[in-house]
This record gives sequence, structure tokens and C-alpha cells, in this order.
Amino acid sequence: MMLENQTLAPSDGYVTADGRQIGGVMMDLRNITLRFGGVEAIKDISFDIREGEIRAIIGPNGAGKSSMLNVISGFYVPQEGEVWFNGAKRPPTKPYQVARQGIARTFQNIALFEGMSVLDNVMTGRLRQMSSGLFSQALWWGKAQTEEVENRAAVERIIDFLEIQSIRKTPVGRLPYGLKKRVELARALAAEPHLLLLDEPMAGMNVEEKEDMSRFILDVNDEFGTTIALIEHDMGVVMDLSDRVVVMDYGRKIGDGTPEEVRNNEAVIDAYLGVSHD
Amino acid sequence: MTSAQDASQGVSIPHLLARNAAQFGDRPAYREKEFGIWQSWTWSETASEIEALALGLLSLGVAPGDHVAIIGRNRPALYWSMVAVQCVGAVPVPLYQDAVVEEMTYVLEHCGARFVIAGDQEQVDKVLEVKGATTVIEHIVYFDKRGLRKYDHTAMTSLSDVQAQGRNASDEMVKTMQSRRDGLGSDDTCVMLYTSGTTGKPKGVVLSNRNVIETAQNSSNFDTLGPGEEVLAYLPMAWVGDFIFSIGQAYWTGFCVNCPESAATMQSDLREIGPTYFFAPPAIFESHLTQVMIRMEDASRFKRWMFHMFMDHARRVGPAILDGASVGLWDRLKYALGNVMVYGPLKNTLGMSRIRVGYTAGEAIGPELFDFYRSLGINLKQLYGQTEATVFITQQPDGQVRSDTVGVPSPGVEIKIAESGEVYYRSPGTFQSYFKNPESTASTKDAEGWVATGDAGFIEEATGHLRIIDRIKDVARMSDGSMFAPKYVENKLKFYPNVLEAVVFGAGRDRCCAFINIDLTAVGNWAERNNIAYSSYQELSQHPQVLEMIEGHVNAVNASVAQDEMLSGCQIHRFLVLHKELDADDGELTRTKKVRRAVIAEKFNDLIEALYSDAPEVTTETEVTYEDGRKGTIRATLSIRDGDVFPKLEAVA
Repeated sequence: MMLENQTLAPSDGYVTADGRQIGGVMMDLRNITLRFGGVEAIKDISFDIREGEIRAIIGPNGAGKSSMLNVISGFYVPQEGEVWFNGAKRPPTKPYQVARQGIARTFQNIALFEGMSVLDNVMTGRLRQMSSGLFSQALWWGKAQTEEVENRAAVERIIDFLEIQSIRKTPVGRLPYGLKKRVELARALAAEPHLLLLDEPMAGMNVEEKEDMSRFILDVNDEFGTTIALIEHDMGVVMDLSDRVVVMDYGRKIGDGTPEEVRNNEAVIDAYLGVSHD
Repeated sequence: MTSAQDASQGVSIPHLLARNAAQFGDRPAYREKEFGIWQSWTWSETASEIEALALGLLSLGVAPGDHVAIIGRNRPALYWSMVAVQCVGAVPVPLYQDAVVEEMTYVLEHCGARFVIAGDQEQVDKVLEVKGATTVIEHIVYFDKRGLRKYDHTAMTSLSDVQAQGRNASDEMVKTMQSRRDGLGSDDTCVMLYTSGTTGKPKGVVLSNRNVIETAQNSSNFDTLGPGEEVLAYLPMAWVGDFIFSIGQAYWTGFCVNCPESAATMQSDLREIGPTYFFAPPAIFESHLTQVMIRMEDASRFKRWMFHMFMDHARRVGPAILDGASVGLWDRLKYALGNVMVYGPLKNTLGMSRIRVGYTAGEAIGPELFDFYRSLGINLKQLYGQTEATVFITQQPDGQVRSDTVGVPSPGVEIKIAESGEVYYRSPGTFQSYFKNPESTASTKDAEGWVATGDAGFIEEATGHLRIIDRIKDVARMSDGSMFAPKYVENKLKFYPNVLEAVVFGAGRDRCCAFINIDLTAVGNWAERNNIAYSSYQELSQHPQVLEMIEGHVNAVNASVAQDEMLSGCQIHRFLVLHKELDADDGELTRTKKVRRAVIAEKFNDLIEALYSDAPEVTTETEVTYEDGRKGTIRATLSIRDGDVFPKLEAVA
């Protein structure tokens, strides 16, 4: 993707080189500081995520990327700073409340139900869309039945989208790593999120699996208009996929901008080449 | 056949479509699994889908006689495209969907297609890459919209938009389409199919409506195919067999074509559909059998015992029962019990419970593999054919099925054997010509319509069945004058799941020797079970116990070859197990996984010399190409083993 000549207009978004309309600010993180006891994992970081964009967070190991994602997903509550989502300040919330607001995520270490089939795993992502009572579900009667049919149809569209039809009924525990990652993405998509958080979606994959996953991420963004924030180590992938990149090192933000800008940023080069810190 | 199915009503596929829509309007014509559910289209729905598409193509400017390329996996929409193209007087040219850009460039250039109908983004990308330079492509129609939204649409339209345009077509357009459609004659071109091109560039085989429809009619009558058949369309659309089964015969008899959800789900879709008429190359049958065998090894001891006991019984009496031969009451009872306990469930797992007629072709099938399926009660038969014949040259009638023949001439086909041993045929399906290649046409088809097959064979006098020996260029004589047909022996070896590939040498020599490639999946699985540790393919291939096992296979093959009066000289005297897998990247196999003898003989010359000496082992160095194109060498010491050779049977006078 060529992004050099994009036009940044802070208030109402911008248009990317390939013609995608990026909207206004969806999530705004203001002066976030997160401490674990005496350790400062995140130090006074601010950045925003806009409607419809693919936003990458990169940085060396231990830079605080996953902590940042956990702040966005509501798992960690920062000691300082404000999280603004859809134009409102978000009070400290439980992760399930965040999920209800339309944020879904995948994990760095796969967190699926190993003994359940792919279909059932993806179906768990629909939980937010189900409202029938325990009794009706146990008897599979009335509302539970119609709900199941609707949700199954939605899940099947995702299975088709991610091309995992052939493993639909396979227990997740029997799948190779690359496919598990894809199933995790399927489950996150099943929740029909506005904002999708991907924690190292390509870690441990071979070149071919990375290519597939990149294509799926771009297609998700393109087809469903989902805003995506991702953490990734593979610089090639990040530069190709993302619209804007935040660079972190030792809990600080050392760069923010288009892949092109970030690539030429002195501080970023130092961090990645391992220049000594005083 | 009913009176409605006489040839006067069906001079073209679109005519047959109209007939089917009138006659079987409510019956399913196509099914496709999508979003986990089988969607179906009746013949009358199919007719209106195709009409809309044809009108849309007309408004895009498809002209009579145009070649329209069609690329993608088996999907109803692409089958409709083929017929829609015919409706506007143009010629469909299906291409192999896994073709790389260079191969596609050649074909698109050669056929001069102005319009391409592509299945999805992957195919569109390839066509866009080809477009421009030397091709005359004007417009691309695509089916699956996924990922294509952002593409420049000035010369690209989705198939549903083309259909929508067609549904709003003016009366004038409708008239033009109808007059083109109704004007189609028997001798107009029905389809152009490219041969896979094992020798040189692919050639465009032009088939007329008469070729396709008469062949479909004859072959449907031969096996009494009716409108109730179910087939699974999973073989490449560019292959002549798929065109005949999924379009020719389907439109002639009005049966239903089922398209799998994706290539990877073929096995489970097969089980769900349970086709009554099924076609597969030997490799598919072989991989299914290997899966069954490997899974049986994991079964409990009792189940294993039961499986082997009943399978032994089935091998003994199953084929005879299928052929309607006389079999004792006790054997029949035991077979019936076996059917409940083993054969029935196994056929169900394989998706072959309902098969009434099954065919294998494309390559010789190992007799043991063939008998395995027959013994289960699956009516698997062989046919022999090629693109130039619109598939059928010979096929096996019910009750006369044998693994070593390819059957009697199909209805309407004449066969003769030339002096050289080459098989010639003449039939209603004989192709019109090779497109833009009169020289090849002339050298393949003579003035009287006889076509050379390139295969050596002979007709058994007692039964009238044709037996194919080998490609004519591979058949040779040994130094004592007896016939040498490597493929015959290689196929016998390859039946063993442990043997992936075999190459037999012996032309002009006094005895035969062989290279064997082990199958890493099967042998690796075996090694794991027997606690045999190995670190590489090379090490496993030279393990004494592996060699022991392969020697057992070679001896068994020799015993079976010795039974054949013509080819008993082809028994393997000495063999070695190769230290690397034969690979297309190293030029040892073609892309379709066929052995390239000349290349192998030259590359491994030192090994061949060692086989024909008395040396017990040989050290060699081989260059290999890695997947990323880098080259390296591997060094190995291979031990050479002797096979047991059985005395030649004297030819019966």
C-alpha cells in the first residue's frame, strides 16, 4: 500500500492512497500510564484509533505493547490517563462490558476451547447476540431455536469467509497452530466487533500462513469495515498492512505515523538496532 | 431411453437445456454446498439463470465464434457460464485453475479470448497480469466478489451484475440471443479443451456438438444412466472428462451435478451426497485406501482382526459376487455378514454406498487397488480414453470387469492396432482439429478419421478386450527379445502404500532393475509404530528393516509378474531405495507427477551402472533444488538388494 501522499485532517479523517475513507477518531487514549507495583509498563502514552483504519502497535520485546492492548480491551485499568471511546470518556469497566461495546480480540497465546469443535468455538463468539433464557436453551424451544438458526447462519458466513469449511466439525485440539490462529480470528469476528484487537496474529507462522493471515486481515477491514488494532513483530507485515503505526519502547511512545514516516524515524531505528540507553 | 431423447431434439447443449427445463422442470439440476447448506437449482431455474447470463454476455458484446475463457473451481455459476457462452454462439474454453501465469498466458494468447469469466480474486489477479501484453482480453467477468471491490471496474463486471443486465435486456436483444441459440448446428463447435501438454505446448482440441452429444448419448446408454443419477463435480473443469460427465451426460440424461463446498471438503461432501455415478483417477482411490489402512492400524485389536478377516473373504469372493458369477451359499452368507459388519460401514465412510457405476481412468490402476474396491461391492470399472476422442475409446461392460484390460470399444468406436503395436481409433467423438495447428491435426488424425493414441496395446482374442501395455515410446525389448514395459511393473509396486514411486530399467539389458521411492507418510507411520528412530528421509530410506520390507514387496511383485506370459521377463533382479524423493523441482517428474525416465536415467547413471554390476552398495552424490530455488548436494551410500526371480512360464501355444 502506498500511503505517502495521504492527507491527514485531524477532525474528520483522511483518505488512503488506495481510496479507503478513514473516519473520525473512534478510540482516543490520553496520557495513559500503567504501573505494576514499582514497574511502569506504560509511561504517559497518547494516541488514537480512527474509524475504519488498520492501526499497528510495534516495538521490541517488553515494550508494553500487550499491556497497551489490555488497556484498550479494559482488562487493565490504567492508574493515570483517560480512555475515550466513541466520543465519551470510558469509566473503569469490566472486560465483558467492553465486549458489549463492540470490541473483540484474539490472544498472543491461543485461548480456544480445545475439546470443542471449530463450529462451537466460533459460536461462543456469538454469546453477545444471544438473549434467550437458560430454560428455553436447555429445551431448544421457541426463541432459543430461532436464535440458534440465525447465529449459525452468521457463523457459517464467517467460516466461509475464512475458508475453514473443511475443519468445521474438527475439535480444535487436533488442528495445527496456523489454523488455530484462524479459528481464533473467526471467533472474534463472530462477535461482529467495531474494533478488533489482534495480539501478534502472525507469531510463529510460516511465510505462507502469514500471507494468508494478512489477506484475511485486509479482507476483514475491507468487507466488514472493521477497525483493526494489531500488535506485530514482523516489520514487513506491519508496513504492508497498516495505515498508521505507533512505536513503543520501554513503555514510551517513540514514534507515530504512517509506515513510511515510522521507517525513517531515528528513534525507531535506534530501538530496533539496539542502541544503548543511558 | 424415452422418445423425447432422440437426437433430433438435441443438436446442442442449449437445446438439451430447453428440453430438460420442459421435461424435468422441478428436478434438481445443480447443487452446491454454501454456508454449510446444500443449495439447489432446478432445471427450470437453471434455464432462467443461464438465459439471463447469456443476455448479459450479449450486451457486453460477445460475438459468434468468440472464444470465452472460463477459469475457476467447480461451481454451478461457471457451468452455467459455459452454456450461456454457447447460447450466444461463442465457444467456451475452460482453463486449469491451478495453471501458473506463464501457462495461462500461452493459452489465452493462443485461443485469442476477448472475454474471460473467472471464479474469484485469485484467478482475476492472474488474468490481469496476463492482460495487455500479447493477449486481446477486453473484459473480465468474475463470480466471487470477495476482495475485488477496490479493483478498477472499467473492464470488469461481476457475474451477478451481468445477469442483472441480462434480465433487463430489450426484446431486440432477446431475439438476437434466441436466433443465435436456435441456429446452433451439430457441426458447430461445442467446446475447446486444452490438453495438459506432457510433451510440448498444450494443444486446443476442438469438439463439435455432435462429438459431445453423440458420445454422451452412447455412453449414457452403455451404463443406462438416467435422470436420477447424482454426480460430484470435483475434477478440473478444463479436463475433458468433467465436461462430458458434468455437462454432456448431465444435459443428455438430465441428472444432477453436485459441487463441493471447497476443494478441501471433497471427502465429506462425497459422503453427504453419496453419488450414484462416480469418476476418479487412480490416485484418489489410492489415497482413500491409504487413509483407511492407516486408520485401521489405530483401531482396537478386535476390530483389526474383524476387518482383515472379512477383507480377506471379500477379496476372494467379492468380485465374483459383483459379476454375478456362481458363489457357494456359505461364502455368500459370510459376505452378507461382512457387509453388515465391515463393507457397508466402510463404503459409507468413503461416500461410496450408492455408487452404481464408478470409473477410473487417466492412468493404469494397480490390480490390487482395483480389486479392493470391487471386493467391497463397488462397481468400479475402467475406461480408456483421451481428449481427442471426447473421452471414450473403450470401457468395461458390467460383468466383464478386469483390472488388466480397459474393456471393449465403446458404442460407435472402431479400433485397430497398427504394425508398431500402436492403438488407433475412429469414433463419433473423434475431434475436429487442433486449433491453429493443422500440422499436428494431420499427423494425429488421418484422412479416414483414424486417430493415433500414442499407446501400445493389443486386443485379447478370447474376450475382445483391449489391453494397454505402455506409452509406445516407453515400450522396448530386452536383450533376449522379450517385451519390456516398465509401467506395468511400476504400477504393481506402487500399489503398496509404502512405495511412492518406482522406476524400472531394462530396455536392451538382460534383466530388469529398479529404483524405489518410499512414501514418507506410510513408512514414517510404520517406523513410529515399530519404534524405529530416524532423523531424515535419507536415513529412513536406508534402514535395514525398511529395505527388508521393500524387498518383500519386490518379491511379491515378481511372483505376480511371472504369471504374465508376455511380460514375465520384467521381473526385478536388483533394486535400490533412493535417498531422495523424485521431485518436479529437480525435473525428475512432470508437474502432473509423471516419471521422466530419460532425465532420471541420465542423472542417476552411476546408480544404474551399480545395479547392473555385482556391487552390494553404491556411494553417490546428487544435486537437489530446495523450495526457494537454492541448490545443494546430498551424499549417500545406498545398499543394493536382490529380488527373488521366478521361472518364466512357457508361453501357452
